[in-house]
Amino acid sequence: MSGAKGFIRLEKRPKPSPLLTFLVPAMSVVLALALGAVFLAVTGYSPAKVYSTMLSGAFGSQYGISETVVKAIPLMLAGLGVAVAFRMLLWNIGAEGQLYMGAFAASWVALTFPGLSKPVLLPAMFLAGAVAGGVWGLLPALPRAYFGVNEVITSLMLNYVAIYWVDYLVYGPWKDPRGYNFPLTPPFSPSAQLPTLGQTRVHLGLVFALVAAATLYLVLRRLKWGYEIRVIGESATAARYAGMNIARNILLVMFLSGGLAGLAGMSEVSGITHRLQHGISPGYGYTAIIVAWLSKLNPIALIGVSFFLSALLVGGYSIQTSGLPAATVSMLQGAILFFVLGGDILINYRFRFGSGRAGATAVDRSARRPAVGE
Amino acid sequence: MQESMWIAILTATVTAGTPLLYAALGEVLAERAGVMNLGLEGMMLVGAMTGFSVTVRTGNPWLGLLAAMGAAGVLALVHAFLTVGLRANQVVSGLALTIFGTGLSGYLGKPMVGIPAKATFKTWALPWLGDIPVIGPVLFHHDALVYLTYLLVPAIWFFLYHTRPGMNLRAVGENPAAADAVGIDVSATRYAYVVVGGLLSGAAGAYLSLAYAPSWLENMTAGRGWIAVALVIFAMWDPVRAMLGAYLFGGVDALTFRLQALGVLIPSFFLKMLPYVFTIVVLIVSTRETLLRKSAAPGALGLTYDREGR
Repeated sequence: MSGAKGFIRLEKRPKPSPLLTFLVPAMSVVLALALGAVFLAVTGYSPAKVYSTMLSGAFGSQYGISETVVKAIPLMLAGLGVAVAFRMLLWNIGAEGQLYMGAFAASWVALTFPGLSKPVLLPAMFLAGAVAGGVWGLLPALPRAYFGVNEVITSLMLNYVAIYWVDYLVYGPWKDPRGYNFPLTPPFSPSAQLPTLGQTRVHLGLVFALVAAATLYLVLRRLKWGYEIRVIGESATAARYAGMNIARNILLVMFLSGGLAGLAGMSEVSGITHRLQHGISPGYGYTAIIVAWLSKLNPIALIGVSFFLSALLVGGYSIQTSGLPAATVSMLQGAILFFVLGGDILINYRFRFGSGRAGATAVDRSARRPAVGE
Repeated sequence: MQESMWIAILTATVTAGTPLLYAALGEVLAERAGVMNLGLEGMMLVGAMTGFSVTVRTGNPWLGLLAAMGAAGVLALVHAFLTVGLRANQVVSGLALTIFGTGLSGYLGKPMVGIPAKATFKTWALPWLGDIPVIGPVLFHHDALVYLTYLLVPAIWFFLYHTRPGMNLRAVGENPAAADAVGIDVSATRYAYVVVGGLLSGAAGAYLSLAYAPSWLENMTAGRGWIAVALVIFAMWDPVRAMLGAYLFGGVDALTFRLQALGVLIPSFFLKMLPYVFTIVVLIVSTRETLLRKSAAPGALGLTYDREGR
């Protein structure tokens, strides 16, 4: 008896409420932090102290602010990738692996052609990173488009493969002979390094990310293709009747999605580490999923959400010195996602009081994934 | 390789397959009710950590097992509340569960990293059966949790296909509107089996930290929860096929481990990729098979049931 208990009925809104679309994620964050505070208190920490340490870690110094911006870059790029795929109900959980493959390909270019000049080398690395990430995104897209193979699992499995591949390189053939046996490659030549803003670590990747967000916003809003993605996401049946090629769109969207995550990897090695190394991402690809959902898959909102989750990450590093595990942050992230999901019902449904009509029974088709092209 | 080594690998296959089997059986039940729970990884981690922690405190692995099941069951209840009660997206809620469970187990488990297990599930060779050549050591030189699966798999099979509640369960996952029309409480059924799935994934986690490893390590499941989700598709939502599949994946795990120990020339990083690549290949093959045989997934899998929907 879902939804029809007693005198309260749920009625689907014809259009999601715009005000609540903003309020629910904001309230979710507040509630998740409140839950986190209770949890911290129960486990013997002072929530006020932990949160204020996090806040000053993320915003209290020039270094903190710069780190918050720096870590927002991969979150924004990978988050945009996840968002565009989720729009089509393509559950790309593989951003982490796509990021690693982008970093790998960009590093290959940087290490193979160190003598090239900056205006040639950087665009080549940019391209290599995007294409490698895109191809890694195509791997789960192909079986999904043609055989209907669940992309959630395949894209996730490929994360492990990509991470082990990079580990193989940095522990093996690509290891820096002068790196004291650390798992990293030799440093890139200066022409393979993205320019930075003044003395900070903020690099040109920020511009990539902002441009990507604006472009994606326009594409989804104005182009016919963006419209197609939205229609397929909302109803695969309608899309097929309208003559849209679903299989081709699955491939295109997953290539784009992986490509954006690949760019995140490229900008990390070229802008931050200046070499390929073990653990180049502390899970940006997974946090990107939260970024995407919290921003309700809106590329412009995603910019702000990226900065917020980045601040959470940076703040998370600063509380580790007081003995709190790094896992604290992923716990908070999970809680935020729970609350947003719970709040979605307020966006999509309206509560009606009074006796319910004996409604027709049906299954909510809006949750159905687009079927395989026949 | 000599015969004794093959027996050792096959024995390890059953051990490595058992946590996958527990998790997959739970997921079979939840998905049969129409609810996909991608939070297995998170629930297993919380189960592993809780089981280990309670066993360290009480010295009794059975209490650890119960606590593990309870903790994972509570997480599953959250998933059920969100997806059945509040009609949230099942995929994203499962992901949230995995992220939250990973964080929670890492947070609460931090003080226990590296400490020895106080008590574990000990290997106990069954009388008579254990003396059979080859089969004896492979199947009957294990711990109680392994033997429990030998009973659990036929029990779930019988329940699903030959009892009234089992039929109701399948109806709810196949066609909730029809089930509703004949008076089955769709929401209650879904809540119940999502929680049962959680209990079993908790047992899977406890097996890892109390029998397989036995220790606690952050992220010790290493993707096994996800492999179990793939296993359910391979098994076509059937408990007996889930058992075969679990041993198949367990076999790859055991073989990988053995090859690494032997120092085969293949770099260990490629061997470590093996289970994941294997999962992808198996998933593609079995999805095609499912399509060809038309014995597809439960009809309403992943869909919200909305009585008043259009």
